[in-house]
Amino acid sequence: MSASYDYDEAAGSYDDGHRQSQQQDVGYDPNFVPDSVKSFVVHLYRHIREKNVYEIHQMYETSFHTLSDRLFKDTPWPSVDAVAHYVDNDHVFCLLYREMWFRHLYARLSPTLKQRIDSWDNYCSLFQVVLHGVVNMQLPNQWLWDMVDEFVYQFQSFCQYRAKMKNKTEQEIALFRQYDQAWNVYGVLNYLQALVEKSAIIQILEREKAGLEQFTANDGYHYDGGSNVVKVLGYFSMVGLLRVHCLLGDYQTGLKCLQPIDISQQGVYFTVIGSHIATIYHYGFACLMLRRYVDAIREFNKILLYIYKTKQYHQKSSQYEQILKKNEQMYALLAICLSLCPQVNLVDETVNSQLREKYGEKMARMQRFDDEAFAIYDELFSYACPKFITPSAPSFEEPLVNYNQDAYRLQLKLFLYEVKQQQLLSGVRTFLKVYSTISLAKLANYMEVDEPTLRTILLTYKHKTHSVDADGKIISNADIDFYIDDDMIHVVESKPAKRYGDFFLRQIVKLEGMMNDMDRIKLE
Amino acid sequence: MGKELQKQQQSYTVEQLVAFNPYNPDILPDLENYVNEQVSSQTYSLDANLCLLRHYQFEPERMSTQIVSRILIKALMAMPAPDFSLCLFLIPERVQMEEPFKTLIVLSNYLETGRFCQFWDEAAKSRHLLEAVPGFEQAIQAYAVHVLSLTYQKVPRAVLAEAINIEGPSLDKFIEHQVANSGWAIGKGQLIVISQNLFNHPELKKNGAEIVPLEHITRIFPILS
Repeated sequence: MSASYDYDEAAGSYDDGHRQSQQQDVGYDPNFVPDSVKSFVVHLYRHIREKNVYEIHQMYETSFHTLSDRLFKDTPWPSVDAVAHYVDNDHVFCLLYREMWFRHLYARLSPTLKQRIDSWDNYCSLFQVVLHGVVNMQLPNQWLWDMVDEFVYQFQSFCQYRAKMKNKTEQEIALFRQYDQAWNVYGVLNYLQALVEKSAIIQILEREKAGLEQFTANDGYHYDGGSNVVKVLGYFSMVGLLRVHCLLGDYQTGLKCLQPIDISQQGVYFTVIGSHIATIYHYGFACLMLRRYVDAIREFNKILLYIYKTKQYHQKSSQYEQILKKNEQMYALLAICLSLCPQVNLVDETVNSQLREKYGEKMARMQRFDDEAFAIYDELFSYACPKFITPSAPSFEEPLVNYNQDAYRLQLKLFLYEVKQQQLLSGVRTFLKVYSTISLAKLANYMEVDEPTLRTILLTYKHKTHSVDADGKIISNADIDFYIDDDMIHVVESKPAKRYGDFFLRQIVKLEGMMNDMDRIKLE
Repeated sequence: MGKELQKQQQSYTVEQLVAFNPYNPDILPDLENYVNEQVSSQTYSLDANLCLLRHYQFEPERMSTQIVSRILIKALMAMPAPDFSLCLFLIPERVQMEEPFKTLIVLSNYLETGRFCQFWDEAAKSRHLLEAVPGFEQAIQAYAVHVLSLTYQKVPRAVLAEAINIEGPSLDKFIEHQVANSGWAIGKGQLIVISQNLFNHPELKKNGAEIVPLEHITRIFPILS
């Protein structure tokens, strides 16, 4: 994950662009290259030429951040022109260097409009090389993921920045007009799509399923002198497309873009924690919006458990904060899903106890579906949703107004509309839980509605708890089900099949581990 | 050469364009024509329609109210699938506040909450809008039958009549058709017996034996050996 998801909140104001850019000027000489930087680029360049993935990964993951912390805390790295002659003016290396240069700038400072446009140009050049040139590098998956992730992030950031029209200067508007292709939504989608196509990744995954090719088993790398760059970029671009479509509110198409990746299996997306989280977060969110709550609950449960168990290994990572943030957001989304579809049996005990700790009280209130409950749905959704964008450029003629909240408000409104449609269901559920049969008249009386109204509520319950899956098949999401025979309701509680098999397997492994430990202890 | 290219383009179906060239603004007119084609030929393609709404989202000045309303009516007809919401997610709020979208949203809300009586009343008031799309009534009736089948084993005739908005001899004919084709039966009194399915006879769901995937078992292989 690029360390970049949430500047909008952190920095709070892109409008400070000018002040920031002045700050950048003070004491920053883009042409000054400290020795440590010189050594960094020389070595990185050599490792890339020698295809030494391990060393590249070390330098990329560790040295770059260490140097950034030490020398470039609040200034950009030296300009590419200043380092180019240390690396034979290598065109591709310079593009990679600039990509990191901009990423660092976005993470630590506020990019100006011109810098945003320049970064777009750099991505175009870089992707042109990948799409139309000959690439024989081997780069770490982490780096390739960061490229796609940052590309989408900068697109999102640009849309938000442009949407805050109110304080834009005449010069900025002139720049917007002049570079109207920069971060154009068609361009962004077409690059991602082109990477997917060029890499033939969809066919590779198909062939792999048939046992004709290895991709996942090698984590996407090539051990016979080939290059992983195009393939893995194409692979991650599918996740990028899912994310862009979610930002646009097009959940159906987003899921379709991800379809070639079987998320029920470990795949290459699993090898980089940022890509793993981005994949599942967006997948789960899209399912939530499609009312496929059970799918969302299952995947959130799996990844939250995974993060819980592996958190400690990421503590030193530059992405730790981001992991924690997404972790919290996914708990909020899980709380929403379980409030609309109380299938707690799908959730692991560890995850469930974390969830209760964080949202137990709120979830109890959400069940009431009164005004206060809607406020909590609103709060959790707003906290956990993606940063929706309006992709079209404003007309620069009218009085300049901000429209950066429009997309978010629309998605929120439609989500709350859905919640409203389901507000009576939790009442029905409460009664169904305690009866095995109950007449319509009696239940109507308890719920203080007339019988025709009760019938509509029961139809709603059935409709909302039965979703249509990707193949058009009807899937029951109901924790408690029922049927009506004439005017009698018969309740069927779907008892979760207890998974004894897995339980015993786990205990066997645990016992074996314990016995091994005990064997190792030597009693004096 | 330009002509040649055009010819080549026309040899692609719209479905192919959506699958292989979805992010090309030039396909917008094709997609619009395709919506009209879906209306007249009573076919449906959610993917193509979402693709078109996406293009409108990218270039709002090209949006056609008539086309969008046709897409939304088609999406209503696709119930119980959530297509109507999927389309709304892509339509700007200020557009949704205008007619005919306001009416369509009200209609969708009635369908989503099982209020068929109110739905048919409201639909009758907007006949001009809905009649432009052939098959609308039948599609909604199919949805009503779907939800009823999820819910009832035996449904009172009056409840059925209200949900599908058919009465008298036409209703008899409708029921006869269902008896002949969908395994319905006429029960005692005024009850209609709906054919069994997993949802109105939940006990049909098999409680299949527990399956443990091989990967899970491999974990204990070293212990077993």
